[in-house]
Amino acid sequence: MTAISTNFAARLESLIGPSRISTDAAARACYAVDEFLPTAVARPTSAEEVAEIVRFAALEKLALIPCGNRTKLRIGAPPSCYDIALDLTGLHEIVHYDPGDLTLSADAGTPLAKLNALLVDHKQFLPLLVPWYSLSTIGGTIASGIDSPLRQFYGTARDFLIGAEFVDGSGHLCKSGGRVVKNVTGYDLHKLLIGSLGTLAVITRLNFRTFPAPIAGSRGFVASFPDAEGALALRRAIASSSLTPLTLDIASPELAQIFAKRTPATPETAVFAGENRAADQSSLQPIGDWFNPREWQLCAAFAGTTEVLDRYARELTLLAEKSRATSTAILGDATRPAVWGRLRESLAMLLETSPATVIFKISVLPGHHAALFTNLQHIAERATLPSALVARAGGTIYFALLPASVNEDTTARLSQSIARIFDFVFASCGHASLLFAPPALKERTSLRSQQLVAPASSRLPANSRAELIPGVAQMRRLKSAFDPQNIFAPGRFAGGI
Amino acid sequence: MNPGLVHELTKLLGEDSVLHKLEDLFLYEYDASVEKGLPDIVVFPTTTEHVSQIVKLAAKYEVPVVGRGAGTGLSGGALARTGGVMLVFARMNRILEIDPENQRAVVQPGVVNYELTRAAEPHDLYFAPDPSSWKSCTIGGNVAENAGGPHTLAYGVTTNHVTALELVLPDGEIVRVGSKHDDVFGYDLTGLFVGSEGTLALVTEITVKLSRKPEAVKTLLAVFDSVDDAAESVVDITARAITPAACEMLDGWTLRTVEDYIHAGFPMDSAAVLLIEVEGLAEAVAAQAAAVTEVCNAHHAREVRLARDNAERELLWKGRKNAFGALGRLAPSNYVLDGVIPRSRLPQTLRRIQQIGTQFGFQIGNIFHAGDGNLHPIVLYDPRDAAQFERAMQASAEIIRYCLEVGGALTGEHGVGMEKSELMPLVFSDADFDLMRRVHDAFNPSCSLNPGKIFPLSKGCGEIRVRKQPGEAASRP
Repeated sequence: MTAISTNFAARLESLIGPSRISTDAAARACYAVDEFLPTAVARPTSAEEVAEIVRFAALEKLALIPCGNRTKLRIGAPPSCYDIALDLTGLHEIVHYDPGDLTLSADAGTPLAKLNALLVDHKQFLPLLVPWYSLSTIGGTIASGIDSPLRQFYGTARDFLIGAEFVDGSGHLCKSGGRVVKNVTGYDLHKLLIGSLGTLAVITRLNFRTFPAPIAGSRGFVASFPDAEGALALRRAIASSSLTPLTLDIASPELAQIFAKRTPATPETAVFAGENRAADQSSLQPIGDWFNPREWQLCAAFAGTTEVLDRYARELTLLAEKSRATSTAILGDATRPAVWGRLRESLAMLLETSPATVIFKISVLPGHHAALFTNLQHIAERATLPSALVARAGGTIYFALLPASVNEDTTARLSQSIARIFDFVFASCGHASLLFAPPALKERTSLRSQQLVAPASSRLPANSRAELIPGVAQMRRLKSAFDPQNIFAPGRFAGGI
Repeated sequence: MNPGLVHELTKLLGEDSVLHKLEDLFLYEYDASVEKGLPDIVVFPTTTEHVSQIVKLAAKYEVPVVGRGAGTGLSGGALARTGGVMLVFARMNRILEIDPENQRAVVQPGVVNYELTRAAEPHDLYFAPDPSSWKSCTIGGNVAENAGGPHTLAYGVTTNHVTALELVLPDGEIVRVGSKHDDVFGYDLTGLFVGSEGTLALVTEITVKLSRKPEAVKTLLAVFDSVDDAAESVVDITARAITPAACEMLDGWTLRTVEDYIHAGFPMDSAAVLLIEVEGLAEAVAAQAAAVTEVCNAHHAREVRLARDNAERELLWKGRKNAFGALGRLAPSNYVLDGVIPRSRLPQTLRRIQQIGTQFGFQIGNIFHAGDGNLHPIVLYDPRDAAQFERAMQASAEIIRYCLEVGGALTGEHGVGMEKSELMPLVFSDADFDLMRRVHDAFNPSCSLNPGKIFPLSKGCGEIRVRKQPGEAASRP
């Protein structure tokens, strides 16, 4: 370590105490972001301490990356510099919960599981069943912008995050929104924090609207199809029916094979947290034979009274038959978690499958999905790369390339496929972002400046793509407004922000 | 004021699209709030390119620009607080696309809220946000104010239904943010611009989600002999894990006034009614209606009535949606407040509102979105009586302060506008204002768009001078 860095670590210690600062190699290694290590790790225990650290960092122009339990730090571009890891797990109080109002306020480092454990006593829940669920903090979940299968019914965090407190780049504790479900007082700055990867502010507290848990009962439905067309036809039929399932995912045969072979590493909790405690279990059951590893599956979860459950079972089965499903199954409390636990953890499982997993998040309108699926598979086959796909809630697709080994050859084929996928998605008027990729590959595709988020319909040279990210110039203006010194996670965001 | 600007605008838009005579301008001095602000010029663009050109011309002459839809806003958001060019979107009123497969519509800002729902109807779709003024308010205005409505309890407010915007920035640049699909790539700019009250950019095109019409709807009217019982019922419905599509409350005095006028069938001697709607699958709706009835009965409802058919249902809603009109018969003017409280504080807040009414000498009616704690107390006053107007404003501020005291918000759906800009320091610190200011300046650095809104005047743009008398500055040919 250089004298300067030793010096700043000592000054950090004077701010929040020596026991809250680590500079040893082992501790720093835990906070690596794409193989970059921080010089020091700071673990504040209050928003005031966060503000002090940020003021110090702003003064010294030190780059700072906020984090929770570090399950999703692989999302984003490699940082352009990284001095301090700001670990927020020391801020973990649930500061306010009023079951009658269905509102909750908790510190950024609060584990999602802790929060849902409180809510379950009041038959409520927060519909954020994200990958690495049992390890995730609410701050990390919001900052990473990751979604959950439940978005089909409940929407994404932008629909139920109602307020936030955060420290801006000048080290001031700010807030926006409030603790009521309806509020138009001032700018909705908290929405900007969703998916911001820590580049705008350090989130210290989040306020949510909570939801009544589906206590009356819930079931799962799985239909298998020989091709994607059938599954897409059923999804269209459901979308134009009166049914409003809680989740609606389409899994490719390759994903079904991964589901059949693997169990998520993270311990399991209730699949729809809050519905009942009996569903809690320490590990997932193996997947049943109703989940055919050679076929496409459509998976829908639904909830309600016995009459409602019967109606769903009846109509979904009928619609599936019309779409030429080869088999259908209704899953009860015993079997349902086997599928939905895996659907929730899909991204984590895909990352475990290969030493060099690449995962795209792709959004195109449902009408373009059939062509997209075919082309994605085609691109993967052409590069002889195994792949897997899950289409979530109508419009969002996670597509993974899963090379069996890492070497120069696979890396070359991966980067070629990445370019082809971006090109195809642009041509289909969609958006794509490379959510996960090995650091070397991120560098190779110079992801920071070009391709983290790419715009619709671009056939322009790769180096001008960043300028075509819709509103990237406005995003830069916002970044400067929040973080004038550019100290928060520099380089991690789209367009080099 | 600016013959050169009038000339150039006329050249751009044609004579029938530029108003500058005082007698014409007076029509645009008002909205549905108690505020006033006289523009110097009113223009009616028909294209995004026009909007961009108008903004550039206004910048050249250094006059502010204020966007306006139908002028139904309740916080003065669409008033020219410091004069300048008022840009009325009434003629940008085309529905550009209805995409039933993807449940999207693309509209110009001047499209009337209800017209979109009507156009989507053949596909069994509708636009969910439904402010009381839905038959006249525009979607551009809904976007600017992040408007709500009775049915936002279950389906969310405007921001939850907007996925993309086309914007004109104060320098005339045309920008697109968001996309037709559901996902946000990069910062959620759409989420920032919706509800920014025209202070960051002018919205020229909007992509919205359309919702599928529910298979079954049941509308219930629960009649109570005590306001507290009605309020407790609302809290209990939520506690039973029921999310009605709408849950509206009218207090006794208000419902009597409405009944006199609309004849919706509200019992004249009751203390409060709840209008509750449940929607969804037929099976689910039947169970929910039964549960709602049970809750209301447990809280001593005198009667829970289920609308037998569409006609009865529409009559009940007519009573709710036209309530403000009914109250207009009682006094020369009324002031509709907009505050939010945690819904569990309903009973005590209603009692406090009555106390405040008594203290300041007003009868205050209550009609509101009980389900999400969004109150609309109505203060009846005579604007010609300056002292009474002043007292009405004091009473209103007192009610809003109480909402904040119990953990609520300054405004739930009407916006801050001119009305509440001076109350903003009750909610936000200097650091909060500094950041909001920087975000504002990132897009609107010279404060040329809708100046004098949201921010307290002391924390707003340095150069703003608000006219003391709205009519005064218009004293020119």
